Amino acid sequence: MELLPIHILNSLLYASTLFLIAGGLSLIYGVMRIVNLAHGSLYALGAYVTAWTIGQAAGGAPAAILYALLPVGAIAVGAVGAIVEPTLLRPLYQRAEEYQLLVTFGLLLTLEDVMRLVWGPYPIPASQPWELLGGSTIFGSQYPNYNLLVIGLGFIVAVVLWAFVYRTKFGVILRATSQNMRMASALGVNVKRVYVQAFALGCFMAGLGGAFVVPIQSAVLGMGVDALIIAFVVVVIGGLGSLEGALIGALIVGFVRTLGITFFPEIELALLYIIAATVLLIRPTGLFGRA
Amino acid sequence: MTPVDQALEAPPANRTLLVTRQLCKAFGETRAVDHVDFVVREGEVLALVGSNGAGKTSLVNLISGLLQPDSGMITFRGREITRLGVYERIKAGIARSFQLVNLFDQLTAFENVRLSILSRQGKTRRLLHLVDRDRDVRQETLEMLDRFGLADKAHILAGALAQGERKLLDVGVAYALRPTFLLLDEPTSGVSTREKGTIMDTISEVVKSGGITAVIIEHDMDVVFTYAARIVMMHQGRILADGTPEEIRRNEEVANTLLGGGFI
Amino acid sequence: MPPAAAASPLRSLAYAVPVALVLLVLPHIVTPYQTILMSYGLIMAIAALGFNLLLGYTGLLSFGHSAYFGLGAYAVAFMVKYLHVSSMELFVIGGLIATVLVTAVFGFICVRHTRIFFAILTMALSQVVWSLAFKFFWVTGGTDGLRIPTPTILNGMVTVPKNKIAFLSSTYYYYVLVVFVVLVVLMWVIVHSPFGQVLQAIRDNETRAAFLGVRVRRARWLAFLISGGFTGIAGILWAPLNGLTTPDILYWPFSGEIVFLTVLGGFGTFSGPIVGAVAFNYLKTYAVGLTVYWQLLLGVVLIALVLALPSGIVGTLARLTTKITRVDAT
Repeated sequence: MELLPIHILNSLLYASTLFLIAGGLSLIYGVMRIVNLAHGSLYALGAYVTAWTIGQAAGGAPAAILYALLPVGAIAVGAVGAIVEPTLLRPLYQRAEEYQLLVTFGLLLTLEDVMRLVWGPYPIPASQPWELLGGSTIFGSQYPNYNLLVIGLGFIVAVVLWAFVYRTKFGVILRATSQNMRMASALGVNVKRVYVQAFALGCFMAGLGGAFVVPIQSAVLGMGVDALIIAFVVVVIGGLGSLEGALIGALIVGFVRTLGITFFPEIELALLYIIAATVLLIRPTGLFGRA
Repeated sequence: MTPVDQALEAPPANRTLLVTRQLCKAFGETRAVDHVDFVVREGEVLALVGSNGAGKTSLVNLISGLLQPDSGMITFRGREITRLGVYERIKAGIARSFQLVNLFDQLTAFENVRLSILSRQGKTRRLLHLVDRDRDVRQETLEMLDRFGLADKAHILAGALAQGERKLLDVGVAYALRPTFLLLDEPTSGVSTREKGTIMDTISEVVKSGGITAVIIEHDMDVVFTYAARIVMMHQGRILADGTPEEIRRNEEVANTLLGGGFI
Repeated sequence: MPPAAAASPLRSLAYAVPVALVLLVLPHIVTPYQTILMSYGLIMAIAALGFNLLLGYTGLLSFGHSAYFGLGAYAVAFMVKYLHVSSMELFVIGGLIATVLVTAVFGFICVRHTRIFFAILTMALSQVVWSLAFKFFWVTGGTDGLRIPTPTILNGMVTVPKNKIAFLSSTYYYYVLVVFVVLVVLMWVIVHSPFGQVLQAIRDNETRAAFLGVRVRRARWLAFLISGGFTGIAGILWAPLNGLTTPDILYWPFSGEIVFLTVLGGFGTFSGPIVGAVAFNYLKTYAVGLTVYWQLLLGVVLIALVLALPSGIVGTLARLTTKITRVDAT
């Protein structure tokens, strides 16, 4: 039976990853009103690319290089996003919004098998970055330093993202486009370019989540499908389209799941989905979202 | 006694159908409907006029139940309907058409009208009957289409009809509910002058023969003066003038001066 | 969403009769394996038929129909394990009751919303069911699932082959076929009823439907109930055929499959989902046989469909042979 501080740390760790995934999902929805069912698979893709790079391609390289290569998965996924948006999603903006669910589901099926095709059915570990950092003693228990790093990185990314969205010119354009696409377009904003960039950024975040998590738990087939539904719960609770919502939602889900698995494992998942359903009923836009 | 109280006390011949008392609806800063006292008597055909943004459609939306008022009261046939939903108001005998034609575009004109009739007859829950088998409904639908001059367009998708035909169909669908009170929001907008005449003649005929009370939002003052027995003019959420065409005409010089010629 | 184009009844019959004849004699003209394969196809067709009442006719995209399919299947498994029932008829009754009860509750929750939120809500609720099946492994068998032995048909009044394969490819096939035909006729009547008209009106213009005195939410709920019921029956029929039920059929990608095969056939017509389900069944079976990467194939097909042929197989064929002004169907 682990101590409460360890549970808290694990919750924060989980929340960190969730924030990256859900934040990306929410960002994309906020700017473009797109719900990407393949978002979890992109997270998995980021994990696979990073795992392969660190675990196999650059296997015995010095530590500094391994850490520098961590974000490679995120960059790859961001690039994929930049290709997917204009080819698969742009043709559908004029059509009923259900079509985007269909096409992104097709993308999910495709990506899942592409990962199987390229990397095979067995998990790909990449544990060196995790091992190299060792552990610290926290309240009498050993806790991996890498986990602490990921928690810290998650926090940093949240801050950077906030600054990006609220303090930079691109962020202003992003917010303007998300609030009123037509008005922004009339004011000279190149909406097509904003959409591609926003989508790529959202995918980058998902890939980053995968990249950060892979030293801890390996890249495994099906991790994307599992992650997507949890990410949905996060954005439902926090509010589709809101970054603060993604953060709060990630924290809530992180804690509920981590503590749940320890104290009431049978119903922790069911509880989560029930919470999501309840939020959808009472406050469909979530805690922080707008319709 | 306020005019509203007077109206409520009126003898049966002039029985009031609808009364709104101090009705208010604001959207943020804008007062779309500002303390409106509005009375409609049975059998009247009145035109609701005013410049864009005067509050006409908002008033109609409040009466028909699409919007809930911020304050004030609406009574229909002596019964307060302020808090009632759209369903209850339809069942009470209110029906409406829409400014932007609002039809079932993937269904034919025939099917559109038939739906109203099915709803009125309470047949909408029937799962295990073939709708095409109901001869009475079919008959009534064809008759209704005929009255609105759409008999030959019966099996064309509503979305494929011409604007004038769509406008007529919109009114027809509302009329097929056999309401006591019909609210028409700009039934002649977007059509040629000749078509306007046809549409208004049809509306006039069905309304009079059915003894229906009608409130028609209209911008075209020629139409208004030709077809309306009473004109209610709104401006910035309030009722500015209310009377017969002659009374309004006399008032118009004043109105024009006040508003800088907003109408004609 | 495209219209549900109704071919005239005579024309529909012209297509249906040869198909019905082939289905009738199928066990005598193809191998048992092929017959069993078609049984799976017909079962998925029933699920798709139910699903499309919501999508094509009411305009609601559910990503949670795996729940009703799975509830039907698990109800059968539970009746076997805990009530020691083996009668197919009891399976159908018991399974249907269970499915309809849950569908009623889920439907009540879900129809308060539309579009994306409706889809996500259906997904979340179906995941609740999945997580329970997955976690309470001592009740549900967990990932190992529960076995369903050969059921008794019509209380044993019909003589059935002792051999399981023979049973499945003859008696059980006809059982499924009969249920299929009954349900197709039932659904056909429903969508051509006044209620069916109301659903289409709601799909096209919810506000106007309300202004016609339609109780929109109630109508949607009823559609949801029927939809879930049909899909539940599919699950009930599936369980004895498959012999085993696992949480996979409750997991959300299976809902995606149901969506996929409906879109494949075309959700804008009555027969589209049926054709799509059978076609998908063959597509998946042969794809799985061809390559381990069948999901890739399906994914690419779905994307291609959405981008190029949104009306699906049947819808596209229908568009090629019908005009915009439809022929008087009366």
